[in-house]
Amino acid sequence: MSEDVLRIRTPIGIHYRYSAGPNASSHLRGLMEGKFIGKRCPSCTLVYMPPRSTCAKCGVLLGEDVEVGPKGTITTFCIVNVAFLGQTIKIPYVAATILIDGADLGMQHLIQECETSDVRMGMRVEPVWKPREEWQPSLANITHFRPTGEPDADFDSFSGQL
Amino acid sequence: MAERCAVIGVGQTKHASCRADVSIAGLVREAVDRALESAHTTMTEIDAIVIGKAPDMLEGVMMPELYLVDALAAAGKPVFRVHTAGSVGGATAIVACQHVTSGVHRRVLTIGFEKQSDGNAMWALSVPLPFGMPVHAGAGGYFSPIIRSYIKRSGAPGHIGCMVAVKDRTNACKNPYAHLHEPDWTLEKAMESPMLWDPVRMIETCPSSDGAIALVLANESIADAHDGPKAWVHATAMRSEPTQFAGRNQVSPKASEDCAADLWRKAGITSPIEEIDAVEMYVPFAWFEPMWLESLGFAPKDQGWRYVEDGVTEMSGRLPVNCSGGVLSTNPIGASGMLRFGEAAMQVMRTAGEHQVDGVRKAFGHAYGGGSQFFAMWVVGADKP
Amino acid sequence: MRDVAIIASAQMANVSTTTATPVEMLLPVINEALANAGMSRADIGFWCHGSCDYMTGQPFSFVMAVDALGAWPPIIESHVEADGAFALYEAWLKIQAGEAETALVFGNGRSSSGDINRTLSLQLDPYVVAPLWPDDRSIAAIQARACLEAGVVTSRQMAAVAVRNHRNAQSNPNALRSGSYSVEGLLDAEVVADPLRALDCPAHADGVTAVILASADTARRLSTRPAWIRGIDHRIDTQNLGNRSMTTLPSAIVAAHKAGVGNDKVDVAELHAPFTHQELLLTAALGLTDATNINPSGGALCANPMMSAGLARLAEAASRIINGTADRAVGHASSGPWMQQNLVCVLEGE
Repeated sequence: MSEDVLRIRTPIGIHYRYSAGPNASSHLRGLMEGKFIGKRCPSCTLVYMPPRSTCAKCGVLLGEDVEVGPKGTITTFCIVNVAFLGQTIKIPYVAATILIDGADLGMQHLIQECETSDVRMGMRVEPVWKPREEWQPSLANITHFRPTGEPDADFDSFSGQL
Repeated sequence: MAERCAVIGVGQTKHASCRADVSIAGLVREAVDRALESAHTTMTEIDAIVIGKAPDMLEGVMMPELYLVDALAAAGKPVFRVHTAGSVGGATAIVACQHVTSGVHRRVLTIGFEKQSDGNAMWALSVPLPFGMPVHAGAGGYFSPIIRSYIKRSGAPGHIGCMVAVKDRTNACKNPYAHLHEPDWTLEKAMESPMLWDPVRMIETCPSSDGAIALVLANESIADAHDGPKAWVHATAMRSEPTQFAGRNQVSPKASEDCAADLWRKAGITSPIEEIDAVEMYVPFAWFEPMWLESLGFAPKDQGWRYVEDGVTEMSGRLPVNCSGGVLSTNPIGASGMLRFGEAAMQVMRTAGEHQVDGVRKAFGHAYGGGSQFFAMWVVGADKP
Repeated sequence: MRDVAIIASAQMANVSTTTATPVEMLLPVINEALANAGMSRADIGFWCHGSCDYMTGQPFSFVMAVDALGAWPPIIESHVEADGAFALYEAWLKIQAGEAETALVFGNGRSSSGDINRTLSLQLDPYVVAPLWPDDRSIAAIQARACLEAGVVTSRQMAAVAVRNHRNAQSNPNALRSGSYSVEGLLDAEVVADPLRALDCPAHADGVTAVILASADTARRLSTRPAWIRGIDHRIDTQNLGNRSMTTLPSAIVAAHKAGVGNDKVDVAELHAPFTHQELLLTAALGLTDATNINPSGGALCANPMMSAGLARLAEAASRIINGTADRAVGHASSGPWMQQNLVCVLEGE
């Protein structure tokens, strides 16, 4: 008597080609020059960084390029204490929503070079770039953000972003 | 005037982290057979089938409803597939309901399922895309900063999440189908549970489950003739908003508030806390219970946590929330929303067994998904609307 | 039943590959459909979207499509993991239920993101068929072979289908492939998956279709000649490849009957039959004759944007009612191997 087959393993592999899209291209080219290039919504005039294809609220393509940052403010964050498949970052670490100066929408990135317990809502941070020769058209050119030491931003100055 | 619609059958599987004893088809059939039996009907009498599940990449099968046709004896029938992220179970029940209220179909079977153990959920939900920065934080990493915002804004004390978690895990022990049966939790013990995504503790997060649920929905004449418990659909509502835009309120998204307001209006409810007798709410992270209590209009702004603290949402409280144990105890993603809708119907039908609340006339089912941006809700009642 | 009509539509010109994101593809088409109807976003009561994660290569890929809708204040919206034609069915039910008076329905797909023939294998039974990775074209070729052997179709008829569709596509600016061919010329062409030749197989494309539905009052106010939906139905067959007829389409026969295709003459039919032999099987299942102009757009053979091609057929059929060149038209969408699932929509002018 052989045992019943309860499970079989059938690995799946498909290759995909992703497009950043024309609208994100100036942002990605900016990252190759160490700059944050956001985009302004021609309708509500708010600045998206990183830019998406459209201003989702107005339903229009984003318009002119706007250089923003590089510093920013942590609006909210979590301390990650759980190991993920393929995770390359040592736990615990801080994943934060950062509102780049001059932008109207926060983006997710890592906070390092301080104790996780020292991270606060309103903390001022700046980007730390990889060596220039490793740059790709990707936000991963920035290894993390670190505290600037400036005084914290007032809660009311970013509470509308939560 | 649209046709009336009632739930006349509910069936679900035993939920578990891995149902290796059944195939995808076997899992779905387990729920379907129970639903048909409770509706005193058979597949032959079903006019249409409406299936919902979350991303196909969870099992690695593209549009699995195509392969499920034989298992459902669905050849020759309409089979319709819905996918609206985490709200999918709720959205699917609503689409199925509209199959009936439109007057086009008379008796509809609707199914939500997920067999997460068949694929690699963590991989399927975080396919590495170029151009961005992978922070590898998962769903907890996405929602925990929003919870931090809520705590800061409302001044809620740190133990509220654990109170919700202990309540739901304890309730789940009264539900034989629930995935987690952990009777020994206390608040003290919960407060020692490790911080996974600070401020979210491990006990405050949902499990990953295999499971399915099926409902049989019928039009008025069939429901009237049905010799068994039934729950009339009083109102349904859906709303969506974009994931990200400047100035978005992520703690209480406008889509959630608008959806609830629309639902209460359609159901003729002016005071939800007075008129709703049981709530099945989509709470994948414990802190969402007080957040949704406020957003849905059960509690005033910044006061939802006080309802938790005062025991209002306990099974014996004024507004019992998630007597089934909720998403915190059972989470087959594609089924989770429909489990909320189905459990709400069971409360009205008085078929919830040990986790039945006394005297339920109206119950509320709720689901949400994406970045807190897709909402689906219904009110079911013992009386005809 | 309430009277519901298609009053406007728009399509992206199909391309074999695009660098645009799905949102960038959708936005202009949605704007064009609204402009064609003389409506603004605020006039839309319900939005319904059809797309597929495995086409895009990303779970929850439809979530970002909401960025193209200007969904503020929040909208009533839903999504089907299927062709946009099924989204249209949901919208039609919603209007029938009295929950909306207007709907914007759209389908989009970027077939070029992955290897479409291989991706479609994942629709098959995951335990015993999909692990063999039979590609979509080979599955279709098995069906074509069975049809030829049974004498249900001939190679010459298949070639004639290809000739007609490619000729028709010459006047469709949205088509991806078109040309002037002869039956003899095609019969001399190489087979790519015996018995299928290259022009028996669909031109996979990246594309978008958007369609606007309205209930009677709104339709009459905004359109001089709405395309009224007189019948719509969809049915499914078993997928078990060893247990279903390869030479008939039972679900299409039932759907056509329920939608009332045979109740009157059909001036135009737009059929979502990706392969030439499938168009012949479908024509028979729908009971269409030479009196019907089949696929004046060139059909899915000349542009098959996954998740949009079926809705595009409904849009093409409706456009011929709206522009007065037809009084009664049939639009059809399909899904799955061997056209496992079929949706049939009968449209009429007044």
